[in-house]
Amino acid sequence: MSRVVYLDNNATTRVADEVAAVMLPFYTELYGNPSSMHAFGGQVARHIAQARDQVAAILGADPTEILFVSCGSESDNMAIRGVLEANPDKRHVISTRVEHPAVLSLCNHLRKRGYEVTLLGVDGEGRLDLAELRNALRPDTAVVSVMYANNETGVVFPVEEIGQIVKAHGAAFHVDAVQAVGKLPLDLSQSTIDLLSLSGHKLHAPKGVGVLYIRKGIRLVPLIIGGHQERNRRGGTENVASIVGLGRACELARAALREENDRVRRLRDKLEDGILHSVPNVRVNGNREHRLPNTTSISFEYIEGEAILLLLDQLGICASSGSACTSGSLEPSHVLRAMGVPFTASHGSIRFSLSRYNTEAEIDYVLEHLPPLIERLRNISPFWKDYQEQLAKRS
Amino acid sequence: MWEYTDKVKDHFFNPRNVGDLPGADAVGEVGSIACGDALRIYLKVDDQKRIVDVRFKTFGCGSAIAAASALTEMVKGKTLDEAMQITNQQIADFLGGLPPEKMHCSVMGREALEAAVANYYGLERKHLEEEDEGRIICHCFGVTEGLIRKVVRENNLNSIEEVTNYCKAGGGCQSCHMDIEEIIHEVRQERVETPAKQPAREQRKLTNVERILKIKEILEEEIRPSLQQDGGDIELVDVEGSKVLVAMRGTCASCPSSELTIRWAVEAKLREFVAADLQVVEVKS
Repeated sequence: MSRVVYLDNNATTRVADEVAAVMLPFYTELYGNPSSMHAFGGQVARHIAQARDQVAAILGADPTEILFVSCGSESDNMAIRGVLEANPDKRHVISTRVEHPAVLSLCNHLRKRGYEVTLLGVDGEGRLDLAELRNALRPDTAVVSVMYANNETGVVFPVEEIGQIVKAHGAAFHVDAVQAVGKLPLDLSQSTIDLLSLSGHKLHAPKGVGVLYIRKGIRLVPLIIGGHQERNRRGGTENVASIVGLGRACELARAALREENDRVRRLRDKLEDGILHSVPNVRVNGNREHRLPNTTSISFEYIEGEAILLLLDQLGICASSGSACTSGSLEPSHVLRAMGVPFTASHGSIRFSLSRYNTEAEIDYVLEHLPPLIERLRNISPFWKDYQEQLAKRS
Repeated sequence: MWEYTDKVKDHFFNPRNVGDLPGADAVGEVGSIACGDALRIYLKVDDQKRIVDVRFKTFGCGSAIAAASALTEMVKGKTLDEAMQITNQQIADFLGGLPPEKMHCSVMGREALEAAVANYYGLERKHLEEEDEGRIICHCFGVTEGLIRKVVRENNLNSIEEVTNYCKAGGGCQSCHMDIEEIIHEVRQERVETPAKQPAREQRKLTNVERILKIKEILEEEIRPSLQQDGGDIELVDVEGSKVLVAMRGTCASCPSSELTIRWAVEAKLREFVAADLQVVEVKS
């Protein structure tokens, strides 16, 4: 394949070379089972312990609070279902309308199982109304699950403020931080968060590994019942290579946090400002102040997102869209709908998400090629002409 | 990622006949920005009712643009009657197939063509829908019972999922799934019963536009000339479901036996050539 400009890092990221390098030995000579009694297997356990320390360090947590799982979705599921099963008398769950499907679909499932679920709305910039949360909390609320940062818009929720409200009501507080870890500084030792989910492949570790942070003292019923691994909280032989890789990735992310915040943010802003200046009738979705440094969701009015992606793809530019057609569903992104983004804009929304591997030259390349491509699609769109005729009439 | 054929990609990356058509004889438009796709098609038609030029504009995904482009290539040079014979499946076939979830793009092409032909004859949009035109089944995407029935019938659909793929109905809040299921069931019954009752000559049920065009044609060619010989005339006012509303003109307007003319000449002919359930009603203007 020729040139690839990868701007879809909220979907998945490239495995860092340093990460791949530390993983390889566990596929070759270090294949022992960490639970084995012999030294050959036992040595592997030490590497898992090291990875646990590395993950704990980026979260500001104690290593005993780190549980390795298979992915972000498992982590979310275990947190919410684990709390519910451990508190059978509490039948109420609170979450938001803009969660990742890993939480949202689970909420729908729980509803069918007789639980009551309250989904909090967001305003036009994707922000929660904390008064709505206060009103929603009940004595039988078992868990409140809120994402740290939104995967589509990058909007960051005021997690600590939320946590204080939740803790005052005695519910468990779960945070899906899949998009936040490695992009925002975290310190769970000074936090109200009880449970936190992260996913390896969003921070340059491989797919197939995730973490659930469980604050000491929080009771959870395991999701996977099996062996004694993970101190009896998750059965199943450890995915050693990936766990080791995730540990290394967390270490790298911790070191690169500043770069992510400065250089990546600068590139993102350059891309965003460049598009806003060169293309008419575009809008940024979500609050621009409280936002991940790497994400921008931009709507191109009067055209459709899949068509934009196909033309970008032809140029080797990878992005994603909240349009209906890209998902296989027929409605545009639930996040943009919850925000009340009008149809003229939601169908034409494109998400660019950067990483530390992106370069300024790549951003220049996108800024050079995107405007004519948008114009080309608008010339095909009947609504663009209608809009311009309306404009002409008005002036 | 969708698996698009090379032909789809070609028609998306290099769409044929894009743009406006000043002085177009007909415009057809379907879809809306809310639904996520829309198609506007312009036709230039000569006195032989042949489509001599065609343009389109699409708001939509890759396959919506490709399907519209394909349609324009398919209708160019055809008479309106010939063009109306094109099915959504033929549009999809022209492109080497569409992903199942994208079949509604081909249906949109077919609908826009119908709208344009209707527009050419000065008919309104409401004539596009079948008998149960008014009833909207899927409120999320504004899909009528008539359209659902049609895609189920023409494409042999058997599940809600397929119906959603073909016309979007049921793809939103899902509250209409029971209704869709019922329609599928009814059409399936039709399929079982049809072979026994129906003679082979009628391959598929006429669409409303086709039916109206046929009625017009029969009136023009079979009925008006004989009435005109006696200084009378007849005019088609409207078609509402199976009701054909006509107005009598000239000597016919005051003729005491016009009722008989309508019953025995007009209605009988229309029933013979168009559909057995037609009923002709005279409106006084």
